[in-house]
Amino acid sequence: MRTLLTLLLWLVAAAAAAHKPSDSYLTIERHGAEIHGQWDIALRDLDAAITLDANGDGEITWGEVRARNAAIAAYALARLDLASGGAACKLDAGDVLIDEHSDGAYAVLRLSAACPTADPVLSVDYRLLFDVDPTHRGLLQYVEDDRSYSVIFSAGARTHKLGTGTRGQQLAAYVHEGVWHIWLGFDHILFLLSLLLPAVLLRRDGAWLPAESFRGAFWDVAKIVTAFTVAHSITLTLAALEVVTLPSRWVESAIALSVVLAAVNNVAPVVSHGRWLAAFGFGLIHGFGFAGALRDLGLPSGSLALSLFGFNVGVELGQLAIVALFLPAAFQLRGTWTYRRVVLAGGSTLIATIAGIWLVERAFNVAILPAIA
Amino acid sequence: MSRVRCCATLVLALILAVPASAKPYLPADDSVVLERLPEKIDPSLREVKRLRAALERNPNDLAVAARLARRALEAARETGDPRFLGQAQAALTPWWTQPDPPGTALLLRATLKQSTHDFDGALSDLDRLIARSPRDGQALLTRATVLTVQGRYAEARADCARVAPLAVPLVAVACDAAPASVSGEAASAYRALTVALAGAPVRNSADLAEWAYTLAGEIAQRRGDAAVAEAHFRAALALDPRDPYLLAAYADFLLEQNRAPEIIALLKDYSRNDSLLLRLALAEARLPDAQEAFQAHRAELKNRFDAARRRGDSLHRREEARYALELAGDATAALRLARDNWKVQRESADLRVLAAAAKAADDTPALREAADWAHRNRLEDTTLDALLGTR
Repeated sequence: MRTLLTLLLWLVAAAAAAHKPSDSYLTIERHGAEIHGQWDIALRDLDAAITLDANGDGEITWGEVRARNAAIAAYALARLDLASGGAACKLDAGDVLIDEHSDGAYAVLRLSAACPTADPVLSVDYRLLFDVDPTHRGLLQYVEDDRSYSVIFSAGARTHKLGTGTRGQQLAAYVHEGVWHIWLGFDHILFLLSLLLPAVLLRRDGAWLPAESFRGAFWDVAKIVTAFTVAHSITLTLAALEVVTLPSRWVESAIALSVVLAAVNNVAPVVSHGRWLAAFGFGLIHGFGFAGALRDLGLPSGSLALSLFGFNVGVELGQLAIVALFLPAAFQLRGTWTYRRVVLAGGSTLIATIAGIWLVERAFNVAILPAIA
Repeated sequence: MSRVRCCATLVLALILAVPASAKPYLPADDSVVLERLPEKIDPSLREVKRLRAALERNPNDLAVAARLARRALEAARETGDPRFLGQAQAALTPWWTQPDPPGTALLLRATLKQSTHDFDGALSDLDRLIARSPRDGQALLTRATVLTVQGRYAEARADCARVAPLAVPLVAVACDAAPASVSGEAASAYRALTVALAGAPVRNSADLAEWAYTLAGEIAQRRGDAAVAEAHFRAALALDPRDPYLLAAYADFLLEQNRAPEIIALLKDYSRNDSLLLRLALAEARLPDAQEAFQAHRAELKNRFDAARRRGDSLHRREEARYALELAGDATAALRLARDNWKVQRESADLRVLAAAAKAADDTPALREAADWAHRNRLEDTTLDALLGTR
């Protein structure tokens, strides 16, 4: 009967639990490799964890806190990890100071940290007091380049990655990566070029003739680039969301094969109309290749859609830049013997040769050419 | 106002106006007292510490864990300090996510969940427990309370009926009076409660009597019988003058009766408690002499609600809605908070703040929704009737 009564009363008065709950306040300021911070932890919480009230009189004096100076720092620092670029940053704390918050006195630790690598992303792992009070929260203010973010640690969210910049900056970073990926990824450029080279020509009765109008050549290029874009966007998204995953050796070999086929088709044409279909079909494979590159960059789980979108836009912009350089020049030269014999036939043969070597390298995992792609 | 009081008020205002975080400092002397722990005020709370130490040696000992969780829950009730709720939850860690833990752990887990307003989580634990042991009076009683808070009065009363053969009469009557008094049977619920109170030996269970008197006071207040309500609240205060729930209920009664000066005297030492600080500020707002303290307390309340929002808490939306409506003058925010709160809690105090906010925001559909609820459940509450203009 006794328990029955007692429990009843907890329920009635439950809504009256109305003091401030247990929070700690952490500030981290970062200037390049240099990290400074301050950590305010309630004396009451520290008392619950490592007993500050040594004489048990219900009062915590400065003498009692001072006597536990080293223990407080050791306890706190063992429950906070900073890491940058995959390497742990060494944390140090100065002597304990005191500050008054609205709900009582707090121990203040002045922090400093040194990170071996200066990666823009700082990973913070916070484990203070969750074992003593699972409703505890760590309220972090992160300051970098005069910008400030707030982050909350709870028993269910103990790790946060900081310093990824604003959403605009994140987007810009992924667009940038996309552009560079297409420019540095020679296999994608060569594939695209192989499809574009004949675009300023017409195939009539087994011979190449100059295209009649820029307009016609432009539309041919537009169809090819659009088809390639749509195709690789589809597979890039599917792979990034892990709906479909393919072994990277298989993907890379298939990409090399696609370049060989596209280039050979220029020398000994099999397909002359509807090259956009080839662009689409092989574009599906190239998308898996882009996804591998994106995965290597590390995808932030909170902004997956944003980074995917940015990367795709970057790949597109990179392609458009190539087209913008290629099309006017090729159109000017389209009627010349040089274009047909040297650029188209010679270029395609060279491309097919290089891609053929890649194919062997990738399929059999051997090194023949110096690594460029 | 005397000069002494004037100065005291000014000093208080200055102290409270100090920003939450000044500059960290090195205390001048070892003997400086930085913090007073709860056990300084109530030495019996040392037991929580002792039990925590015992449990640390053997974290999987359910008997010790349950004693600690119970004691910490009691401490949370007595002090209004949520750190004790956190410590109770920590004690139950090995059983916290188990789908089917032992009954003791399940009951304590449900009680904790309802303390943090996870009413659905609490109900699912209680349903499981009652399915396992249909004659567990405590589980039935707890479930009745949760169902009452959710406004599910018929189900709550069915549970109270099952409690009746398992508990002393006052427990069963009080269990039923809470839902019955807000669903069309205020008069008979009140009568049954006063009869049971008269017949129960207060000496043996002061806690129970205090709670029943508080409930009787609230019912009388809703029925518009101020003199009787006053007597019940005073009887409850005589049994426990520090119960935060009772202090808040009595302060609300005094506010209704326009007796603000008495609230200052009642609550001046409880400003660490958000609910009580709100009542204190509401009283000060009405007193020309207390404007300085009022300004400081209003700013402090804003800080605390902001801090709670930063940490992701939504436990005090009812209080925050009242703050927004009556102290910040932001009817739109008040209505939003009151609506959010109403989705979770449906006590008559929740409906009152919803109706008041709807009225201030001139939101006719929301006001009609409140009126419909009161009408459908046959809620008898004179303050609410005045707000809704129904009587």
